[in-house]
Amino acid sequence: MNAIIFSAVLGVVMMFSGIILRSKSAVTTTAIVSLLVLLLANIFNIYDVFSIHIDTRGLLHFNKFGLFFNSILISATLIFVLLSGKDIEKAGANVSDYYALIFFVLCGTSILTSFNGLLILFLGIEIMTIPLYILTGADKRNLKSNEASLKYFLMGCFSTGIMLMGIALVYGATGSFSLNVAASSPASAGMPVSSFLQMAGLILLFVSMCFKVSAAPFHFWTPDVYDGAPGVFTSFMATIVKAGGFFAFLNLFESNAQLLGPTWKLLMSFVIIATLLIGNITAVFQQSIKRMMAYSSIAQAGFMLFALYSFNDMAKEGILLYAVAYCLATIGFFSVLIKVKDYTFDGFNGLAKTQPVLAFSATVFLMSLAGIPLTAGFFAKYYMLASVVKSGGSLWIVVVAVLFAAISVYYYFKVIQAMYFKEGQPETLEITGSFKTGLVLVAAAVILVGVLPSIVLNWFYF
Amino acid sequence: MIALLLILIPLAAGLVSFAMKQDSAAKTISLLASVVTLALALAAVGTSSSIVYDVAWLNDLGSRFTLKMDGLSKLLALLTAVAYPLIFVAIQHNAYKKTASFYGLMLLAQAGLMGVFMAADVLLFYFFWELALIPVYFLSSIWGGEKRIAVTFKFFVYTFLGSLLMLAGILLVYFQTADHSFAMKAFYEVKLSGAQQTVAFWLFFIAFAIKMPIFPLHTWQPDAYEQSPTATTMVLSGIMVKMGLFAVVRWLLPVFPQATVQFGNLIMILSIIGMLFASLIAIRQDDIKRLIAYSSIAHIGLMSAALFSGSRSGAEGAMIQMFSHGVNVIGMWIIADQIEQKLGTRKMSELGGLAQKAPAMAVLLVVMALANIALPLTNAFIGEFLMFSGIFQHNMWMAAAAGVSIILAAVYTLNMVQKVIYGALSPISSAAVEISGNVKMALIIIAVVIIVFGVFPQPMIELTKDTVAGLFVKK
Repeated sequence: MNAIIFSAVLGVVMMFSGIILRSKSAVTTTAIVSLLVLLLANIFNIYDVFSIHIDTRGLLHFNKFGLFFNSILISATLIFVLLSGKDIEKAGANVSDYYALIFFVLCGTSILTSFNGLLILFLGIEIMTIPLYILTGADKRNLKSNEASLKYFLMGCFSTGIMLMGIALVYGATGSFSLNVAASSPASAGMPVSSFLQMAGLILLFVSMCFKVSAAPFHFWTPDVYDGAPGVFTSFMATIVKAGGFFAFLNLFESNAQLLGPTWKLLMSFVIIATLLIGNITAVFQQSIKRMMAYSSIAQAGFMLFALYSFNDMAKEGILLYAVAYCLATIGFFSVLIKVKDYTFDGFNGLAKTQPVLAFSATVFLMSLAGIPLTAGFFAKYYMLASVVKSGGSLWIVVVAVLFAAISVYYYFKVIQAMYFKEGQPETLEITGSFKTGLVLVAAAVILVGVLPSIVLNWFYF
Repeated sequence: MIALLLILIPLAAGLVSFAMKQDSAAKTISLLASVVTLALALAAVGTSSSIVYDVAWLNDLGSRFTLKMDGLSKLLALLTAVAYPLIFVAIQHNAYKKTASFYGLMLLAQAGLMGVFMAADVLLFYFFWELALIPVYFLSSIWGGEKRIAVTFKFFVYTFLGSLLMLAGILLVYFQTADHSFAMKAFYEVKLSGAQQTVAFWLFFIAFAIKMPIFPLHTWQPDAYEQSPTATTMVLSGIMVKMGLFAVVRWLLPVFPQATVQFGNLIMILSIIGMLFASLIAIRQDDIKRLIAYSSIAHIGLMSAALFSGSRSGAEGAMIQMFSHGVNVIGMWIIADQIEQKLGTRKMSELGGLAQKAPAMAVLLVVMALANIALPLTNAFIGEFLMFSGIFQHNMWMAAAAGVSIILAAVYTLNMVQKVIYGALSPISSAAVEISGNVKMALIIIAVVIIVFGVFPQPMIELTKDTVAGLFVKK
């Protein structure tokens, strides 16, 4: 409960900080302090040092897995603000509002890591996405940003509608908003109509969740929104928000997937392969790195979906590790990307000469995204694939995934090629020493988790 | 401890070399580190028992940081350790932009290679397998020839794809092991059904076949050899392709015995087709580097065929030849590099009569060339002889087909020798000068190795004995 309350309150605090504090950097500092407070509050909750209890009549359920995931998301946000704080200040006029919105998003993700009913799921999703519509349009004078925001809003509303329809159908069938549809189901007593409603409701929920995590074939909004939004917020959306969405997806279907029986694996195989195919193949043909990253985030979602395919302990550990690896690498890479003025591949030509630290860190992040051993991304992918093999049979889907992972090397390494092997004078924004230090630390963390993934996982079991 | 140091010294020296401001400092550190590594490797070869280093790593996953040096590991660690000082000495006067990074990456690759040859835990092996690849990718892409970026990338994607397939195979076997462990022992003792063996065998084999490379997966190789800076090509063809062969001995034959028998013939046929195919292409080459590249494919094909022949002498010969070929081919590359550096061309049609200008080089080239066609009294002879006898025991016709490639090897190798060093002095060759002292030293060491092991191959046979015996233990 701590995280939900604190993030909401701190969001309001941030909103007012804009009135009191004159300088933008002071607002950023406040945000960093607030995030630390939030992180501490959440950690206190994990170890029960200090936690607020409110009787939610079973609508919220806090377990260690969820709270730990929460810590990951808050830490990722902290790293994001530390690295890209300067760029958030430049994204538009109302810095304090952006931070307030980021806190509200975190409130949404905190709900999503603890929901225990469909209604709360809906609330969480809405609290998480509505601030995002605004953040996407933060660059008010940029037509692309406006377009992206509107597109995101319309598509988001549409998927929310589908989700509500799904919830309504499930409610109609079972008379309950309980997360465990099967347990509260009168269908087991043999009522075909309600069983059909229940199925239809679940499928609609599945579709809307696929939409939120940009799984194919519901991914069409992603490239435009990620490309149009200001770079800093794309980074936030592609990592923290997506990971939060995945957690909700996992949580929602963990108990309900069995209702669909063997159809579930079939459905998931279709979605996974479509997502990997579209994400990877389309990313290959992009000219702009930012757009390439949008497709790459679809491709990465394809890998994360394996957790929903196998649903075992390994998958749960895997999604934690994936969230860590993916957030670190993507936030790190985006923080470099937004420092470079030209987002095309040619804009990165020769970066290794002019900015060796940036180029090196970016290389580590890209290798992690590609899943090269010794980086966090390798173990993230490893756990996902291992969970599938562990769940029995179906090696073919692992082989397919592996082929796509090999394709992903193509577009990630194109950036490395531009930075190291091509000549050019890339224009960059001003780069401070502290930014470089932060970047190197994040890169070091990526390698550390890549050598000893148990660091993350032991913390989880502690 | 020696095993760990063999990895740590190149790794540390590589990282230090990156930080060096002065080129000469980087060169000195690299040479020093490689000599120390060589001394350690010799010490390792000198110990009679196998060397084991074991420390906890990923307990949750059932993987440990285990290094084990048996005979073949020692032999290949020795090859890696011998090759590096030779390469560093031979390229001492070559100018590279960003010298410190060049030497640093070379040493990182050495650390990776050492790890591959010693890892006794399959996940660790996988890590080193990739660690060896990445520095080479950067080396070839930054310092290579004109088409370097595309060519190196093809090479990288090929091998990365292979490794990922291997990863899928590893996972498949891992979940069948008794105690969910990546340890070599667990993999050797695993019980797999026929279908599982088949699938996992191919997943592993494709990775190794790309690395070796075996027909029809060899297409990355000639371009990559040609475009890479020659020092990197030496690492690639001298040591790195041995990774594939070594991996077959270490992870394929013992883990999937039935599948090996089942598909051995098919792989032997592919290997022999590759040998003949590469030899025929080699005859048509005008570029020295490409000629050596195709000749290398032919040699690797023979080793692979011998490994799958299922005979003791075949395996023994292949292991010895891994070392011999590694040393010999580095000698060939050094000479090719010298010719290119001095004369600015690698085309045989533009060369000729070099013996008049550079007699020492000519003599040494002849020694290397004779070793390349495995003449008796050169180190390659004993290996090829054993391999042929192994293939012959398996199937006479295959041995006959493979034998043709030996004749072809003589054709293209002697043809090259004739065109490059004999005949009338060509206009380009007339500018040639004798090779410098450091190169001469490196080449003479190689020539000595060629002749000493040609006359007295017993130490190598002794060294590989335990690995060979391990392969032919009845399960």
